Parts: sequence; structure tokens; C-alpha cells
Amino acid sequence: MTGNLFYFLTFLTLFAAIGVVASKNPVYSVLFMILTFFALTGHYIMLNAQFLAAVNFIVYMGAIMVLFLFVIMFLNMREDTEQHKPMLSKIAAAIAGGILFVVMIAALKDVNTQLATTAVFDSQIGMVENLGKVLFRDYLLPFELASVLFLAAMAGAVMLGKREPGEQNRF
Amino acid sequence: MELSLLLIKALIILAVFGVTLLIATYSTYAERKVAAFIQDRVGPNRAGPFGLAQPLADAVKLFFKEEFVPANANKFLFIAGPSLAMLTACMSSAVIPFGGTLIIGGEAIHLQAIEVNIGILYVFGIVALGVYGIMIGGWASNNKFSLLGAIRAASQNISYELAMGMSIIALLLVTGTLSMRDIAAQQGQELFGISGLNWNIFYQPLGFLIFIVCAFAETNRVPFDLPECETELVGGYHTEYSSMGMGLYLFAEYVNIFVASAVMSTLYFGGYNFPFMDQLGLPHNVVTILGTVVLFAKILFFIFFFMWVRWTLPRFRYDQLMNLGWKILIPLSIANVILTGGAILLKQELF
Repeated sequence: MTGNLFYFLTFLTLFAAIGVVASKNPVYSVLFMILTFFALTGHYIMLNAQFLAAVNFIVYMGAIMVLFLFVIMFLNMREDTEQHKPMLSKIAAAIAGGILFVVMIAALKDVNTQLATTAVFDSQIGMVENLGKVLFRDYLLPFELASVLFLAAMAGAVMLGKREPGEQNRF
Repeated sequence: MELSLLLIKALIILAVFGVTLLIATYSTYAERKVAAFIQDRVGPNRAGPFGLAQPLADAVKLFFKEEFVPANANKFLFIAGPSLAMLTACMSSAVIPFGGTLIIGGEAIHLQAIEVNIGILYVFGIVALGVYGIMIGGWASNNKFSLLGAIRAASQNISYELAMGMSIIALLLVTGTLSMRDIAAQQGQELFGISGLNWNIFYQPLGFLIFIVCAFAETNRVPFDLPECETELVGGYHTEYSSMGMGLYLFAEYVNIFVASAVMSTLYFGGYNFPFMDQLGLPHNVVTILGTVVLFAKILFFIFFFMWVRWTLPRFRYDQLMNLGWKILIPLSIANVILTGGAILLKQELF
């Protein structure tokens, strides 16, 4: 049952991820990407990482992809208005992607695929309480540094979006 | 044993689904009656006694009208939009505890469809997903008014989700759990010697205010129904929709109102708990059933409140809506989180 579900989710993830790249209409690409994230949420739940699943669901599917769709709808890109890229950049993209693939295979070749021993493995590690304890007790400094980084990014976004002096309000 | 448990779960899920749809159906009737009452009219009174068959008549009308798809619309997404809106609306009532436990033959049965220990995040995620139905439908219509409605819905939802999330964080600081069942059960404790009155509204009045304002915005109700503002956008995102496509959008809105009311009653107004519930000396099962009745009374009150506001207040202007969301509600909700955290620390240090 769980194994079948895993294969179904994996198939869905790969199908949707290929759909993102292959579809001509940008809106379809975004919708396929939402489906990819949905399938990834399923994977997180199968790994018993409920909090990560919920956050992936809320942040990526619920907020970031809405913004993606928002921007693409605003630009109102359609199949017929899409610019066709020259052959050279297509070849360059294919080579770059292929090299990345090779690097990933090389990196994952020596991964230890031994199953975790059931004696020491804690299946509750993905629950909110345990995750909170790990984040705020063992890894407090990296966590806080990451939040400072986010704050800096936020301040930067606000600065970029701010109206220059003398610029008219267009809304 | 295993089979009977499965059967009971299936029955509860069916009952929750049925009740959701029934209340949403009769909300359309109630909306028109409340509107009529507020505007000193009679309202629907032809179909059946007191017009009670009016929702059925509406449904039959919507089903038999022509399903019209505009010439240059994206056909697949045009159909997918309202379906998605309805699907996401129906999903979120699954984790709401509609009552305590019924003890039948020594077995405790929870009156809740699914218990997940991140229940509140589940509701939040599904609500966040709800905007896709509107966006996809609005874009696929190939109509600039629909598109503007869809874009408004997206930006409005994202803006108010932030403040809503912040108000929920303050609530979580108080409750210390993400599970809807635990949050509801905690509120059944004693407050000033009265059992079942430990409601979160007494600890989080500001948080509740922020939450209810955001709930109005998330369900696209007046005074925040800018996505379907007929004075500016003809009909907004459902301009091109006829028959059941339109019906599903309207129906999804009422389901969302029901879910929002149920979430508010559960998180802030004690859920299925009511004052003096343990001091009446009634059997456990009777208290549970009374609790369910009380919960539905609370939910119906909130649904009435949604309608009351709709027929009383005028609509906001779009920039006012954005200012309220970003410049007032978000700072207020952050201040609420800090105040709550400070109060909890103070309580730990002093008492």
C-alpha cells in the first residue's frame, strides 16, 4: 500500500515536473509546478514529516505559486506571443542541464543506502514538537542567522519597491 | 472491530460532508431572508412554506440553464476553475471537531472526521489553496474584467493570509498545540469556577478581531468583495460564467463561510463547550450531544454575522483594502504576538 503510494507520487512528481518544462503555455507551466509541489507534500507526509508538509503546502503552494500565477496572468503571456529562443541557447541549456545531471549522479553514487536501524531511528522526529526542540535548542544560532538573512532580504525588497521621490502614484 | 471502526469513520465523514452542503444550501436562503429583513422586504416566500424550497428551485434552475463557454476561453481551465473552488471549499471541514466523544458500548467515538496533529495548519493550507479556483476561472474566461477580478482575489488573499497567520501564531502561543481537537478540549476547563468557559476569546480578543476581519477578506465577502465588485468589474471573476459554473462559485463561497464560522467557533469561542457543562450532572453522551447543538448554534450565529455585515456596510475601495491589510492588520497582529509572548513569560516568572 505505502510502496504503491510512493510510486504513484513519484510518477506524479516527475510527470508534473516534466510538464513544467514542456508545456508551451506559461500558465500551464505554473499549474504543473503547483501539482509538483502537491506531490512533494505527499512525499513529506509519507516520510512522517507533517510540519514540513504543511509548511511546504502553505508557503510554496499557497503563497509563492499564487504570486507566480499572479505575475504571469498580469503579463498575460500566451502561446502565440511567446518568443522562440534561438537554437544555440537551447543546445547550451541542454548541455548545462546534462552536466548538472552527471554531477548529481556522481554525488549520489556513493550514498549509503543502508536502511536506518529501527533501534535508534526515531519515527517522531518530523513532528512539530521535536522539530521545534531541534531548531531552538541544538541549532539555534544557524536558525537565527537564517532569520536575519530573511530580514535583510525583506528590507531590500521594500527598498526596491519604494517609490522614488517625485514618482507618480500609478494606481 | 476494525471494520466497524472504518464504518463509523465513513459515517462521520459522510455526515460532516452532508451537513456542510446542507448548511451552505440553506445559507443562500438565509442570506436572502436576512437581506429582506434588513431592507424591510418579505424575501423569497413562493416556493414551499415560507419559501423553504427556494434553494432547490435555484439549484434546478442553475442545472438546467445552458452551460456557455466563451469562444476564446481556455475550455479545460474554464471548467476546472469552479470545480477547484468547490473542491477546496469542501476539504477543510474534515478536521473540525463537531463534538466531544460519544461512548457507545465502552468505545469512545470522536465526532470528528479526521484527527491530524497539525489540524490548524491543514485548514490554513486549504484556505490558501482556495484562491486558485478563482484565479484559474478568471484567467480562463479571456475577459479583462474577469482577469482583473482574479488578480484582485489573488493579491487580497495573500495580503490577508499574513495577518491571519500571525493571529493564529498568537493563539498557538496560548494553546501550545496545533491540533483542533486539543484546542477545543482545552477550552472545556474551568474559568472562575464555571466549567466549559475557558474560551480563547478571553485571552485573545485582539487576535480574534484580526482573525474575523481576515476571514471576511479570505471568503471574499462584503466589505472586502472587491474581486466581484459589480460597480467596477461587471461581475468580477465570474462575469463569463452561467448556469452551474456560476452556481459552484456562489456555493463555494457559502461553504467557505460555513467553514470560517466553524473554525472561529472552535478556535476562539469554545467549540463544543458550553458554560456549566460539567456541573449540570447530565450523562456524558447527553453533554456531548448538547455540545454539538451549541457548536452549531455558534456557527449559525457567525453565519448570520457574515450576512448582517454584508447588508449593513458598504464596500471598501481597493487601496483602502490594501492599506488596512498591510499597514494596520499586520503590525497589529505582530504586536499581538509580542504581547502574548510577553504575558506568557510574565506569568511563568511571577506565578
